[in-house]
Amino acid sequence: MKVLVAVKRVIDYNVKVRVKSDRSDVDLANVKMALNPFCEIAVEEAVRLKEAGTASEVVVVSIGSKSCQEQLRTALALGADRAIQVEAADQLDSLSVARILQKIAEEESADLILLGKQAIDSDNNQTGQMLAALMDRPQATFASEVVVEGETLKVTREVDGGLQTLSLKLPAVVTTDLRLNEPRYASLPNIMKAKKKPLDVKTPEELGAQLAAGVELVSVEPPAERQAGIKVSSVEELVDKLRNEAKVVA
Amino acid sequence: MSILIITEHDNQSLKPVTLNLVTAAQQIGGDIDLLVAGENAQGAAEAAATIGGVRKVILADNAAYAHQLAENVSKLVVELADGYSHILAPGTTTGKNIAPRVAALLGVNQLSDIISVEAADTFKRPIYAGNAIATVKSADAVKVMTVRGTAFDAAEAAGGSAVIEACGAVHQHADVSFVGEELAKSDRPELTAASVVISGGRGMGNGENFELLNKVADKLGAAVGASRAAVDAGFVPNDMQVGQTGKMVAPELYIAVGISGAIQHLAGMKDSKVIVAINKDEEAPIFQVADYGLVADLFEAVPELENRL
Repeated sequence: MKVLVAVKRVIDYNVKVRVKSDRSDVDLANVKMALNPFCEIAVEEAVRLKEAGTASEVVVVSIGSKSCQEQLRTALALGADRAIQVEAADQLDSLSVARILQKIAEEESADLILLGKQAIDSDNNQTGQMLAALMDRPQATFASEVVVEGETLKVTREVDGGLQTLSLKLPAVVTTDLRLNEPRYASLPNIMKAKKKPLDVKTPEELGAQLAAGVELVSVEPPAERQAGIKVSSVEELVDKLRNEAKVVA
Repeated sequence: MSILIITEHDNQSLKPVTLNLVTAAQQIGGDIDLLVAGENAQGAAEAAATIGGVRKVILADNAAYAHQLAENVSKLVVELADGYSHILAPGTTTGKNIAPRVAALLGVNQLSDIISVEAADTFKRPIYAGNAIATVKSADAVKVMTVRGTAFDAAEAAGGSAVIEACGAVHQHADVSFVGEELAKSDRPELTAASVVISGGRGMGNGENFELLNKVADKLGAAVGASRAAVDAGFVPNDMQVGQTGKMVAPELYIAVGISGAIQHLAGMKDSKVIVAINKDEEAPIFQVADYGLVADLFEAVPELENRL
């Protein structure tokens, strides 16, 4: 079974984002970047499948400018076998990304395509579903457990009301939720080894992927700040305020 | 313009978030149709037909739609899409599962989790876990989007008398099947629809102590939530998590108990109308967003709160 994992370079989740003063976008200049946490979980799951003897090869792909090679190397250090960078704009829209991934998945004859459920920058939660639709293949989003049974996947999903389990025939698309696994830390020898693993660069044109019209970003603003209220000194005072001032308790 | 709303339901009844979507659709403007895709879903369709301002309800009743699998529902929506300017789905796990598939099949992009309608083609949506708000404009012929229910008021559930139109189209993807589900059973309201939410954090100490919150919740008709720290510590199940990676809530009253107020958590509840924080650490960041803060030991304060309500 061949596994393809799509990863995205995003702002490090520990960094507080700031909106540019002209409100055109958030300010990413000189900000620490990292592998999107949900993508990291996807890489970890793929590597575990390889370690278990279920997956034969793990290929990672990222779409963006050359800088995303840094995140591809991180994925290689976690245990992926080889990487593909598709040279494109850094904030490409989901449909274009899905179209590019479709071409890569076809070229690689991938059986399982793993993605993070969403990127923590755009918070879209779309690419995996779009890819599955374009390929007309089944999907399991928000995965918290993936079990491979021959040509079939049994995936437990975190849905709003609890858990749902689906059975999917391969090829299939799975997007990872937070609790699928806990990604390992790359060891120093593996980081060194990753530098020698193959990394190909392709373009959407070479792949024959047609880019979509993106959604126009008109402006970006900081969220409304919430003002701190008052401290109450007792439960009695709290209940009084809720009843008579805020009027939210009968 | 005409708008198609993909409703969320359990076949018998409609999930309340559908009412919030109707309000969003009214703000866009145009005829509003509701799609109920399910199995033995007449009950949900009848509830949909009574919502004020709805033109018609399309009922696709077939075993293929019993669990609203994205593979099947998306193809149904694409078949129905002709003539609609907007297709709306709730920003729930079901809606987010279906809408991108619909958009990709229609060859358009999708807008996720819109929180305001600026114009028929321009919307606001949170990015970076709500740490920035983007205004986005779509030039696509049909605008496919998910809507954050808590950002819109609920439309009137009664007063309408829309026609129910049966749709016989069946789309069944051969390579996916439903195996089973474990849904949390609770008599309390759902987190994202409750008007009062009381949540516990790491300070609760263990899962048994959540019983203290349950008692308050029963008095207030509240839903019970938790911070990621409490979920990760194994106190309570995942589906109770409020926050960036959990559920987004915006009730009239949110009571945070033993929750420090990590950005992760604040992203999921800071749009609540009134926030109460009970924490023994007076430096806890939660107090910076709370309307009423009480510095106290929760094991004394929460039982007292229950008694006084």
